[in-house]
Amino acid sequence: MPKIKQAGDLETLQRKIRKAQKKFPKTITICGGTGCQASKAGEVIEKIREVIPKQAFGKDVYIRSTGCHGFCEQGPIMVLEPGNILYCHVTTEDIEEIVAKTIRRGEVIERLLYTDPVSGNKKVKEKDIPFYLAQDRRLLNYNRLVDPGNIDDYIAIGGYMALAKTLGSIKPEAVIEEINASGLRGRGGGGFPTGHKWTECREEPVDEKYVICNADEGDPGAYMDRCLLEGNPHLVIEGLLIGAWAVGARQGYIYVRKEYPLAVKNAKFAIEQARKYGLLGENIFGSGFSFDLEVARGGGAFVCGESTALMASVEGKVGEPRPKDIHTAKEGLWNKPTVLNNVETWANVPSIMLNGASWFAAKGTQGSKGTKIFALTGQVKNTGLVEVAMGTSLHNIVFDIGGGSKNGKAIKAVQTGGPSGGCLPASHFQLPVDFDTLSAAGSMMGSGGMVVMDEGTCMVDVAKYFLNFLQDESCGKCVPCRLGVERMLEIVTDITEGRGTAEHINLLEDLAETVGETSLCGLGKTAPNPVLSTLRYFQDEYMAHINEKHCPAGVCKALIQYAVAAEKCNGCGSCKRACPHGAITGEKKQVHVIDFEACRKCGICIGECKPGAIMVN
Amino acid sequence: MSSTNLETILEGRRSQPHQLIEVLQDVQDVYGYIPKDVMGTVAKELGVPLMEVFRAARFYKAFTLKPRGKNVITICTGTACHVRGSNLLIDQVQGQLRVKPGDTTADGLFTVECVNCVGACALGPVVVQNGSYSNHMTPGKLRKAIDKVKREKKEESPHA
Repeated sequence: MPKIKQAGDLETLQRKIRKAQKKFPKTITICGGTGCQASKAGEVIEKIREVIPKQAFGKDVYIRSTGCHGFCEQGPIMVLEPGNILYCHVTTEDIEEIVAKTIRRGEVIERLLYTDPVSGNKKVKEKDIPFYLAQDRRLLNYNRLVDPGNIDDYIAIGGYMALAKTLGSIKPEAVIEEINASGLRGRGGGGFPTGHKWTECREEPVDEKYVICNADEGDPGAYMDRCLLEGNPHLVIEGLLIGAWAVGARQGYIYVRKEYPLAVKNAKFAIEQARKYGLLGENIFGSGFSFDLEVARGGGAFVCGESTALMASVEGKVGEPRPKDIHTAKEGLWNKPTVLNNVETWANVPSIMLNGASWFAAKGTQGSKGTKIFALTGQVKNTGLVEVAMGTSLHNIVFDIGGGSKNGKAIKAVQTGGPSGGCLPASHFQLPVDFDTLSAAGSMMGSGGMVVMDEGTCMVDVAKYFLNFLQDESCGKCVPCRLGVERMLEIVTDITEGRGTAEHINLLEDLAETVGETSLCGLGKTAPNPVLSTLRYFQDEYMAHINEKHCPAGVCKALIQYAVAAEKCNGCGSCKRACPHGAITGEKKQVHVIDFEACRKCGICIGECKPGAIMVN
Repeated sequence: MSSTNLETILEGRRSQPHQLIEVLQDVQDVYGYIPKDVMGTVAKELGVPLMEVFRAARFYKAFTLKPRGKNVITICTGTACHVRGSNLLIDQVQGQLRVKPGDTTADGLFTVECVNCVGACALGPVVVQNGSYSNHMTPGKLRKAIDKVKREKKEESPHA
């Protein structure tokens, strides 16, 4: 593999790759991201690679296994060109037919097409699917064109051209100016202006500096960073290279959580490939600029998403945060100036340098520019990754893209921002989604998790869930977070178990204020948000738990009881077999009975009972 | 055998305290947990106090100090999985195997774990069984998967 020594080499290589790819009149693209792999995409890819070469026309077909397309619910997803035909839920049994009909004769197989859950119509083309139509996929769109294991794919779509342009003709100060002008703000949750951070780091008169990519996406319910790093690692590497040039760093780290094994693997492999091409290492593009990257694996601690804790972890220490009187841009990793941005922020950098700040800033709102990727999950029809311009309303995201409620129950809230964010009620769905609006409404953009909740979700239980999570993840260094969150959890638990009193609400609010104001790091400072936002918008649910000892959603176990409706029970025995606690008795074809003492109210029997005879009281 | 493994893990990382987490990650992968004697060796070879090695091994969720079972069942309890009923899966496993998350069955056949999020949120609830992901999990499907492993174990050693 010849090294790329100057910008001209990259152009030559790009032309060569494009020419080679043009030789294939047909392309099969299969999503091989973690989501689709959970739907057995690995076996599908294997089968295609086995079947195609045996065909006479096999050499006409280019098979590309890509990262996540974002439409995970429909996986494994396959897109066939020409024709832009999208097949969903593809299995190994479908392959022979797809090859014989669609690839060979161009016939569309009706059964594999996507059915729009709203209109009930079948859609042939990927681009006609409402889920994609309403989006603005500036970053995600690359994923379907790139095999993360093949740097050539990335170069073919113009990869590393932004780097070539930057190193060739743009001074570091001018790079920062461009980023500042674009209005790019950190996508990891804080929304800090990226350019400011870079300026601060640039101005430090120190030789040794670092850049770090934060891929420790700890927010449960968010996975856009996994998808970007896993699906298009070179985009992130190119962003890091440009950032390193701008601030004057020679070494960088990608901190990936271990729970993302595919992202770790793809990032490591991409770094190796970039080194082989001379895009990482000494004297890149003959500019005299040298830079290298390493992957550091996170150990599954939520607090390590916080900048100072993350840096401690890269240094091989326990990931505890420290006070941030001095910004990490001045004293960060090994006390050297360090720029830390998250995956999506870095991924935005190359296109800003290539297309200019005004191109980027053309999308979005006054204070939040560009597009943002959200992980739309929970009780909506279309779950997956959604990239929209900042300022798009929650209503658009949940109903136009998400297709509305999944199982007919009314949607009542969206949780944004993970454990640091809050729950916004349906009455606020007209709000434009950007950093400032969400904060003002008591939630937070966070890294972009968006969990949709319907009437079957208890909001007090949601608050308990997040407190439980935060109490477990609190590192324990500072008292307000360690004890305050624990105490809040105790109170909310009391409420969900029928021991709540009216004073508990005031006590919760007081505690929330103290924990928020006095905690050391972002984890503690934002820990009260889930409680405060549910108290603000769903106080009636708290009151029902407290006054009537009743859980309106039928979730809180201490407040509900299971029983078999005798008139509906057909005595099939499936509930008895399913109950892991042995709480159901009954003879075959006789009405079954639940033993209240042994019943743990897990609800497993409800899912198993076909006649729907099990009731929650 | 284990000393060769440890040799390979430590290669090129000796006397570099900042490699501690990376080394422990590899130890966890190879051994399935962090053995006590390995902590001692790692401390010596990297030049980190034993106390710090122990602290790191206790602090990060990715590390366990107890050996894990033959089959590791990891239940994702992220928000998206939670609202789609991941707690039912925990109930199912607890009822069926009589162990709490984080523990291993007496016969060493199963370890049950919970994880905050595996990032397959659109497909929740998700369960990872020995590294292989299953989506849209239900208590029924999970019960059958566990039964299958138990059956296979019986067939392997019919007299056990």
